[in-house]
This record gives sequence, structure tokens and C-alpha cells, in this order.
Amino acid sequence: MSVEGAERTIRCLVAKVGLDGHDRGAHVIARAFRDAGFEVVYSGLHRAPEDIVQAAVQEDVDVLGISILSGAHNTLVPKVIEGLEEYGAFEDTLILVGGIVPDDDVKELKELGVAEVFGPGTPMKETIEFVRNNVPERE
Amino acid sequence: MNGRDTNWGANSTRERAASHDRAVELRDRDAELLEELLAGNHRALARVITKIEERTPGYRGIVSTLYDHAGDAAVIGVTGAPGAGKSTLVDKLAAAYRERGDTVGVVAVDPSSPYTGGAVLGDRIRMASNVGDMDVFFRSMSARGQLGGLSTATADAVTALDAFGKDVVMIETVGAGQSEVDVVRTADTVAVLVQPESGDDVQTLKAGILEIGDVFVVNKADMDGAERTLAELEEMVHRREGPTAGLDAGHHGVGVPNHPNDDGSEGEADDERDASVDDAVDAWTPAVLATVAEAGDGIDELIGAFDAHGEFLRESGELSETRRRRYAEEIRTLVRADVGAIASQAIERHGGIEALAARVEHKEADPYGLAAEIVDPIAACVEDCDEPGESGESDEPNEPDEQ
Repeated sequence: MSVEGAERTIRCLVAKVGLDGHDRGAHVIARAFRDAGFEVVYSGLHRAPEDIVQAAVQEDVDVLGISILSGAHNTLVPKVIEGLEEYGAFEDTLILVGGIVPDDDVKELKELGVAEVFGPGTPMKETIEFVRNNVPERE
Repeated sequence: MNGRDTNWGANSTRERAASHDRAVELRDRDAELLEELLAGNHRALARVITKIEERTPGYRGIVSTLYDHAGDAAVIGVTGAPGAGKSTLVDKLAAAYRERGDTVGVVAVDPSSPYTGGAVLGDRIRMASNVGDMDVFFRSMSARGQLGGLSTATADAVTALDAFGKDVVMIETVGAGQSEVDVVRTADTVAVLVQPESGDDVQTLKAGILEIGDVFVVNKADMDGAERTLAELEEMVHRREGPTAGLDAGHHGVGVPNHPNDDGSEGEADDERDASVDDAVDAWTPAVLATVAEAGDGIDELIGAFDAHGEFLRESGELSETRRRRYAEEIRTLVRADVGAIASQAIERHGGIEALAARVEHKEADPYGLAAEIVDPIAACVEDCDEPGESGESDEPNEPDEQ
């Protein structure tokens, strides 16, 4: 493991996809990530999956946190993942989903390539630790 | 607390890592990456900018090579007070450039927390007109605690976008603080955004930002007080240029758009215009424009002003002047940063900065004495090693023999 890899600044995209307008959670996460020393790009509300892909590729983020509270994760998340694959960015992006996701869907999302799903009440520390421990290495 | 500690550590290590790696040879894997970038791969471009930002070992080789492919893009800096509407304006500008067929790169610089190193980069939220359009490459950068390195990193990122083939590259940054001003100075054309009713701001502008503005934009011009702010700016701009310079023939069409106070400010502007038509090519008088970025008003006129300034730069020979000045600044910054890194190593060899500070605290030494102790051997080396022709360092302290 390269020394630089462990020390570089972790870049995250906190993304709101689809029509759900509940962004409190995304704001709280963005601030907590910032306070943990990460650089956080926030997408803003109501983004289409391809917008998220564009942002993730251009910003070259290590972590993509998708916040979905609408229940549409089964349609939106796969589209984001497809897009990342198209640009060759899927392999080294840590994909997290935050929101209300039923257990069965969690399993499915993980099979697709989502690293972890964080439900309501997850301690912030836990999420930050998870990112620190799982951020993809580069070269 | 944890986060803070790890990040401080990270920052200092990064500086040290950079100091070991001044090599400008291109590594094999980076050569591949560059090839992909030049072939138009977005991912590769994003990766290269990350390497530039991180000062990843080998990045110098990348940037050196990028220089061979850059130089064609129009580089535009947009600065102004927080809330002036920079992000929204940049978004609309990008959309307008796209409409006429230009590809666009944007580098948006946001401040980072000096305590944690973390940052929320929010400029992207405003890029609503260009989502899904990959030909607008938007990149957020944070003003990490790099020693004078922010402007270099930004300039290098602009070079990457330029080499990628972007027709227009915009740099967006808050106009507060020297490092941000330095950032925006790396642009060919600088637009300064001013809010209406910011009479006092206009006063403060005089000090710093006035000198760097090629175009002044009163954004949110539908708000009260816009006319007054426009008039004040017009007056300032003409006073700055002195009596011999006025609006030159090259850009009178866009100099004063149809903002609401045409009647009020025309009189005085006209006089100067008439007096100075002959000096047209000599100097650029900053254009003053009104926009309502939210509604898209005045965007085309603003682009017209950018084009006019670009043309002025090319025709008057100012462009090469501007770029030479930028390169000079880049060289100076790089040399200073590298020498600074050597100095940091020297401090480490003398026991580290903490130990040295403790010695001063215990009255065993003083800062000047310690600085001399550390720098004198370096100065001696410089004098020994430099080519005989180099005389730039001859005014070094002349007691290296003491060490």
C-alpha cells in the first residue's frame, strides 16, 4: 500500500437522486464528512442518475454517497452504477447508499456493487470510519 | 479530534513527499494516462487534475508534457464577494458558450476549513444549466493549505483542461484574500462581480481587485441601487485609466450595455470617449456591464466583452505579455516552494521545529541565530555549486565560513 494513498484527501460526492426532496440527511452527512477532513461535493436536489455520473467522473471522487428516501433506489442506483461503468469509474469508487431501504433490497444493492447501506439512526462516526477503512486505493 | 490530527499529519507529509519528487520525467503509467486525456477521455482528465491537486509523485512530468498541448483556450477568471452570484453566472456563461459550439472547462475554487482541511464544495449546485452535458467539464477544488501552491495547482488544472481541448476555461473564486486574487490572476481575462448597493464594497474594491478587473459586472442588476453601482464603477474605471485613455474603438459596442441608467452616466463617459479614440490600441479600459444571471440577462453582452478583451490581448501583443507574466510567477512560485521544501528538510535535520522552538523558549537560542544556523550551510552550497555566470545570489549573507 502506497504511503501517498493513505494520506491523500478523501473526496466525496453526496448526491440526491430522483424526485425526493428530503435533503436534511444529505446536509448532515456533508457537514460531518467535512468535519472529518474530507472534501465534499454536494450535488443539490433532484438530480438524474446521469447528472450524478457526470459529477462523480469529473470530480474524480473516491466516495459516492447516494441519499434516497423515496424508495426508488432499485431503479436509480443501477442506472448510476451503469453510468460509472461506462466511464470506467465504477471499480475505484466506493458507493454508499443512505436512506430507508428494506433488507431484501439491501442485499440486492450490495450485489450490484454498493459497498454499504446506512439506514436511519446510523451513528455518524460509524459511517466516517467505514469510509476511512474502505476508501479505494489508487495505484 | 481524530480527523483533525490525521489531516494535519497528511498535509505535512504531502509537502515532504513533494519535496522528494521534483522529477519532470514522465512515468510510463502517466504517459498512458496522458494519451487517454489527449484522446478525449473524461476520466483521464479528472484523474490528471486529481494528481495535480494532490501533488502526486510524477505530476510534474504530466504537467510539463501538458504544456506542449496547451495555450489555445481562452482563460477567463470570475471573482467577487460571496453571494455576488459567481456560480450562477458561470453556469449561464457556460451554457451560452456551449450554444455557440464552444467546449467549456470550469475550475471552481472554494475555501477549506483551516482546522480540519475538510470542505463542502457547493458551486456545483448552481451548475443546473449544464447537467448531463459532458462537454462542460466542471471541477471543484478546495483551497487546501498549500504554501502559495493554490494558484499553481489551479493554473496546472487549467493547463490540463486547455490541453484536453476546451475552447474556454473559466476559473471561479471568491475574491477575498491574496491567494484567491493570485488564482484569478492566472487568467487572461478577469471579470469582477459586484453587487448592487455595495457602495462600501466598491470603495474596498479600489484597493485590491480594481487593478485586476478587465470587465466589471454588476450582477443582480434588477435590484435597487444597480444604476448607482454601475455609475460608480464607470467613474472609477475611467479615473483609473487617467485622462488619456477612454473606451477604445475596439469594444465600444459592448462597453456600456443597455442598463437602466444609460442616460445618467453617458454624459461623462462620452467626453472621454471622444477625447481618446486615437489611443485605441494602447490600453484597455475595463468594460462595465449589467447582468441578471438568474434570468440570463446580459450574458451575451458579457461574452461579447470577453471576446473583445481577448481580441485586444491578441492584437496589442498584451497576450504574450500577460502569459509571460504568468509564467514568471509560476517559475517563482515553484522555485520558492522547492527551496522551502529543502528548508523544511534542513529544519528536520536540526531536530525539528518543535525542538528548535523549545530552545528559544528556554533562552538557549534566538530565532535569528537558529535561522542562520540552518540557512548558512545551504547558502554556502548554493554559492559553491552555482554556475560562475549566476550572480543572482551574490547578496547572500557572507559568513558561510563560520559554519
